[in-house]
Amino acid sequence: MAAHLKKRVYEEFTKVVQQQQEEIATKKLRLTKPSKSAALHIDLCKATSPADALQYLLQFARKPVEAESVEGVVRILLEHYYKENDPSVRLKIASLLGLLSKTAGFSPDCIMDDAINILQNEKSHQVLAQLLDTLLAIGTKLPENQAIQMRLVDVACKHLTDTSHGVRNKCLQLLGNLGSLEKSVTKDGEGLAVRDVQKIIGDYFSDQDPRVRTAAIKAMLQLHERGLKLHQTIYNQACKLLSDDYEQVRSAAVQLIWVVSQLYPESIVPIPSSNEEIRLVDDAFGKICHMVSDGSWVVRVQAAKLLRKRTAHERAKELYSSGEFSSGRKWGDDAPKEEIDTGAVNLIESGACGAFVHGLEDEMYEVRIAAVEALCMLAQSSPSFAEKCLDFLVDMFNDEIEEVRLQSIHTMRKISNNITLREDQLDTVLAVLEDSSRDIREALHELLCCTNVSTKEGIHLALVELLKNLTKYPTDRDSIWKCLKFLGSRHPTLVLPLVPELLSTHPFFDTAEPDMDDPAYIAVLVLIFNAAKTCPTMPALFSDHTFRHYAYLRDSLSHLVPALRLPGRKLVSSAVSANITPHEDPSHQFLQQSLERVYSLQHLDPQGTQELLELTIRDLQRLGELQSELAGVADFSATYLRCQLLLIKALQEKLWNVAAPLYLKQSDLASAAAKQIMEETYKMEFMYSGVENKQVVIIHHMRLQAKALQLIVTARTTRGVDPLFGMCEKFLQEVDFFQRCFIADLPHLQDSFVDKLLDLMPRLMTSKPVEVVKIVQTMLRQSTFLHLPLPEQIHKASATIIEPAGESDNPLRFTSGLVVALDVDATLEHVQDPQSTVKVQVLYPDGQAQMIHPKPADFRNPGPGRHRLITQVYLSHTAWTEPCQVEVRLLLAYNSNSRIPKSPWIEGGEVSSQVETSIEGTIPFSKSVKVYIMPKPARR
Amino acid sequence: MPEIRVTPLGAGQDVGRSCILVSIGGKNVMLDCGMHMGFNDDRRFPDFSYITRNGRLTDFLDCVIISHFHLDHCGALPYFSEMVGYDGPIYMTHPTQAICPILLEDYRKIAVDKKGEANFFTSQMIKDCMKKVVAVHLHQTVQVDDELEIKAYYAGHVLGAAMFQIKVGSESVVYTGDYNMTPDRHLGAAWIDKCRPNLLITESTYATTIRDSKRCRERDFLKKVHEAVERGGKVLIPVFALGRAQELCILLETFWERMNLKAPIYFSTGLTEKANHYYKLFITWTNQKIRKTFVQRNMFEFKHIKAFDRAFADNPGPMVIMPGYCVQGTVGHKILSGQRKLEMEGRQVLEVKMQVEYMSFSAHADAKGIMQLVGQAEPESVLLVHGEAKKMEFLKQKIEQEFRVSCYMPANGETVTLPTSPSIPVGISLGLLKREMAQGLLPDAKKPRLLHGTLIMKDSNFRLVSSEQALKELGLAEHQLRFTCRVHLHDPRKEQETAMRVYSHLKSVLKEHCVQHLPDGSVTVESILIQAAAHSEDPGTKVLLVSWTYQDEELGSHLTSLLKKGLPQAAS
Repeated sequence: MAAHLKKRVYEEFTKVVQQQQEEIATKKLRLTKPSKSAALHIDLCKATSPADALQYLLQFARKPVEAESVEGVVRILLEHYYKENDPSVRLKIASLLGLLSKTAGFSPDCIMDDAINILQNEKSHQVLAQLLDTLLAIGTKLPENQAIQMRLVDVACKHLTDTSHGVRNKCLQLLGNLGSLEKSVTKDGEGLAVRDVQKIIGDYFSDQDPRVRTAAIKAMLQLHERGLKLHQTIYNQACKLLSDDYEQVRSAAVQLIWVVSQLYPESIVPIPSSNEEIRLVDDAFGKICHMVSDGSWVVRVQAAKLLRKRTAHERAKELYSSGEFSSGRKWGDDAPKEEIDTGAVNLIESGACGAFVHGLEDEMYEVRIAAVEALCMLAQSSPSFAEKCLDFLVDMFNDEIEEVRLQSIHTMRKISNNITLREDQLDTVLAVLEDSSRDIREALHELLCCTNVSTKEGIHLALVELLKNLTKYPTDRDSIWKCLKFLGSRHPTLVLPLVPELLSTHPFFDTAEPDMDDPAYIAVLVLIFNAAKTCPTMPALFSDHTFRHYAYLRDSLSHLVPALRLPGRKLVSSAVSANITPHEDPSHQFLQQSLERVYSLQHLDPQGTQELLELTIRDLQRLGELQSELAGVADFSATYLRCQLLLIKALQEKLWNVAAPLYLKQSDLASAAAKQIMEETYKMEFMYSGVENKQVVIIHHMRLQAKALQLIVTARTTRGVDPLFGMCEKFLQEVDFFQRCFIADLPHLQDSFVDKLLDLMPRLMTSKPVEVVKIVQTMLRQSTFLHLPLPEQIHKASATIIEPAGESDNPLRFTSGLVVALDVDATLEHVQDPQSTVKVQVLYPDGQAQMIHPKPADFRNPGPGRHRLITQVYLSHTAWTEPCQVEVRLLLAYNSNSRIPKSPWIEGGEVSSQVETSIEGTIPFSKSVKVYIMPKPARR
Repeated sequence: MPEIRVTPLGAGQDVGRSCILVSIGGKNVMLDCGMHMGFNDDRRFPDFSYITRNGRLTDFLDCVIISHFHLDHCGALPYFSEMVGYDGPIYMTHPTQAICPILLEDYRKIAVDKKGEANFFTSQMIKDCMKKVVAVHLHQTVQVDDELEIKAYYAGHVLGAAMFQIKVGSESVVYTGDYNMTPDRHLGAAWIDKCRPNLLITESTYATTIRDSKRCRERDFLKKVHEAVERGGKVLIPVFALGRAQELCILLETFWERMNLKAPIYFSTGLTEKANHYYKLFITWTNQKIRKTFVQRNMFEFKHIKAFDRAFADNPGPMVIMPGYCVQGTVGHKILSGQRKLEMEGRQVLEVKMQVEYMSFSAHADAKGIMQLVGQAEPESVLLVHGEAKKMEFLKQKIEQEFRVSCYMPANGETVTLPTSPSIPVGISLGLLKREMAQGLLPDAKKPRLLHGTLIMKDSNFRLVSSEQALKELGLAEHQLRFTCRVHLHDPRKEQETAMRVYSHLKSVLKEHCVQHLPDGSVTVESILIQAAAHSEDPGTKVLLVSWTYQDEELGSHLTSLLKKGLPQAAS
């Protein structure tokens, strides 16, 4: 096939893909076609009892059927259907018909007549329902064919009067999926009057069977989803269904009401029992709120979820002040004086809160979570509502279920831009800092980072509570420092009056110098220094040792302590204020410039290029360390430059000038370089988030160069032509693959290695391997250095294992052959889709490596771009004589095929799914932690 | 006219000694049998002589239902069953059955041992009384006898509290007992399905209150306790009702757990400790959280809460103590009511240096909750008990306004009579139904349909069967009832011709029916026979004899009226 391919390419290069596709398709077809229907036929004829036949059908259903053979199979099935007496077998056949008609590439219109035909003679209700399901499958497969749709709708209408609820259900489903309102369809005027599908479905809102009622509502919703405009009259019908006896009906009706209210928000509906009128959307809102206190929790969850979708809560306020719930106010008024609960009146006034209070206090936590989410959505869109719901949200911090607490803290964080916490609220929030759950505490730190505090007492309180937290849970150190950093930089003016007290300075006396290693003291300093950044008067209050400590901290914890403009000192490094855009930022400019310099120097002497590259790489690395926000870009660029440097160095080797197989040792260096470039390119591609397609091209190009290098190195070091032949073949395939994947980007790759290579592709295809290698070698040496465009936002994925800490001297003892569970706790930054990519690796001292796939549920997402992995790793080994250390580290699994845009050739086949799940390779991206373990021999 | 009669013996416009008599469908049921906290004389128990002055109560009552174990709902039970005398069944839920005797025994001890009352029920009486109890499960329909059935629904409030539906035939009454519509830390919310009873008897303790968020209350409570403990202080939490003590225990326990606090918590009443065993047991009666987590850890297995010993009182350091209810006259009660100086024995005067806070953790439904329950059950009328008259009045108005149902609030001893129109179910034989179905279209709820059949009433059992079957069942011979009618027609022609004319006329008019001309000269329409004969006196007049059976009455009368109009003039 390879030779064949080569010829094709030679003839007409661009058509390769298509040719190949055809070939594969025909081949497949020939292999499978003859057996399927015939075998089924034989099987079914063999069947002596209905049970047998059913077994055959079940077996048959397990195997896929190709589009070409579907029709034959369908005919066989129909034939048996007519003969079959047993309803269960007919049922299975009917369901198979439905499945088959869904096959891609098969047009089911030919079997529709038969299906409708058998439908008319069918007596069993179950089979009828299944047949209607089949028709539904056929109908959805042919959305353009109006005539068929009409016919199916007719069939459905006919069977709507069936006595079985199952049949009516399916009919309604069919109507919902296929029925249309457009009158224009019947231009032939054949008396095929367009049925008003909505009217028909609407009639079944009052069916005696609740399942049918539900199906009718669902069908209506389906119509809406398909873009048909529902009539407003449905609103009243749906409102009646809100008081249905069955929860599934009510649940669906709530949805329908929401849908209609979005369609006709401004129409006016009368309020029953008064002559007032309100807008429909308000009325619907009131009704949905009311459903939050429904008897069934399924309905409550549904209603709470719908509330979340609302955008304008002001409507709610109007409603409550004018409409239904105002009666609640009167209760308060009528009651004896001491009975008036200020809280109670308040909550009724604050509009939607009435419904929310119900939701938030619901018995089922599912409802509570839905209500918290709804609050979050509404609060995000409306600052005034955010103010109001704050109290309730703060109260949720005390929920009995941790999940709910966590959710409400997250919610609070999301809306924190809109709110300023009062002191008493802050007090409640801070009380949660003592929670024993780490998740909760960290979420709370996160929340405090972006909270607005109104008074200096508030700041003081927060600091005191955070320090208390620090003493109680020392492991929270980093999180607390970070929290204080933001707290300080957000409230410089509030921190200012607290400084003397915090630093415990005295106007006359020198106080003792605090311990520099005390995490609490560092925490205070972090707060003060960050506040001092935008408050120039603050440093005047510092005592001498504070300045010394500043210098120390600035160096040791540079990510927490900003650069300050201190009196009598030079600025340590250029202060970056937040409002400068990245392009004006001097360090960013520096980055740009150094990269420009490298790219512009294309034809310097090799020695000079190398030096410049080395210099720039060093610069970039240092820059990345200094400027955390540029670390991603700097690292990314540095890695790319390092690849280039390796490539240049490898090409400079003396071995190229010497007769081939003599310098085996030196070739080691070149092949090692090739290997390292490959590794680095994988890192570039998968370890950074925010890499765009234009970077991927360059990275792949670099990888291709590495492969070329590998090819020529092997060509030089191996004897004989045979292995070389295969390698060349493989390399050319890679080139071809590259071209296919990045065909759109090829114009940007002018003068590059691959560009030149593609020019010569026809020649390469016919050349002998030795020649190919020669050509590739010259290309590689001539190729220019491609400019790597910098991505907008790029972050390097990183991971830190918090637990196990690797400090313990006590080995973890367990009986050999059994397992021991090791708790692993790690934070992941900027990892995309960690559920499928992050793995845990355990390396045993005997070199045995074990890769563990954590469960998706083990990952939490505490903030954008951050993940937390909390999982258990099971260790096991045979008995050891003494304790030894195993290494635990995190790996990033990658698969280069998943990133590439799918070519039509791969699409739709089973191949792609297989490729996607497999792991091509892994990149370690965390420091490994050593765990001391000791498998003891089992006692007899 | 069938009716439901309700007479509260206690808890009518009052809180305490709940006891309500209900007569429904000829059955008499007593709902709850409580004592009154406020009285120490005869008024503390309901006046059972209302039921009967002489003779045993058993003859007058079909069953007694106890909604939950609080003494104002079950306190008079031993007195009622053992001293007054009742041997019928007493229904309550399993947790109530378990905890009720503990409370009764405690009550007896206080009354007899502490207050020295004579003529009070004894421990043995409590035991005997409990032997008459039949325990029911939630949602289990219990047949008390052939007609009377009861069913329990979850009510929140305390462990084992239940609402009861009492049903006779199609008439039903729901009694809520005490209930709570907002879930708390250890119990769920009351729930009832749309059972549409004729009458809903609901408590109305908080008829005018709408409570604020329970979360605020909890937070305030915990904060106060936490602060006091952190300052190194001691906290005393007197809790009145059993059940609330558990609630606070759970609240404190989880808070301690969450916040990693170490200060010890004690509770001092033996009562709570005993009841706690049952709380651990009846997990299915608790809320979602406890039910879901009890496999890992039963929430009632307290880690931080221990029983109190007097010796601990002087222990240094912070602690929390729950001393139980402070009875009137005790030091505790004086402090709670705000006295700042206490006179101790021996003229010693002590100054109260503690902070006193009052917090309500009551587990009754508020006004909104009551309305919510009424909305859920959709009763035809509502009756309020267990509340103050003034507040009831207000709620009554609200309910009448909102739900448009009648609402009652009888005082003790006052009877409310509620006429009902129960629907009577009639069984129909399948054969008859199918036969009728075959004649027409599907049944339509909106249109009445005429159906022929025989109604058989046999010992309050109604059946609709076809007449043939009825005859067969009852062993009766069938009698034919025939109507005959003579119609005079002015027709000078011969009888045969008249018959012929009648035939052709009817044939043309009654197209839907089978009209036949028989060889003997008579005409038949379906089974109706028409014979023409000459008038004996006037030959110009012909007499048409029309005869039909009772079953064909409709067609027969139609036919005669048709014939009476005369025949159309023959065209020829």
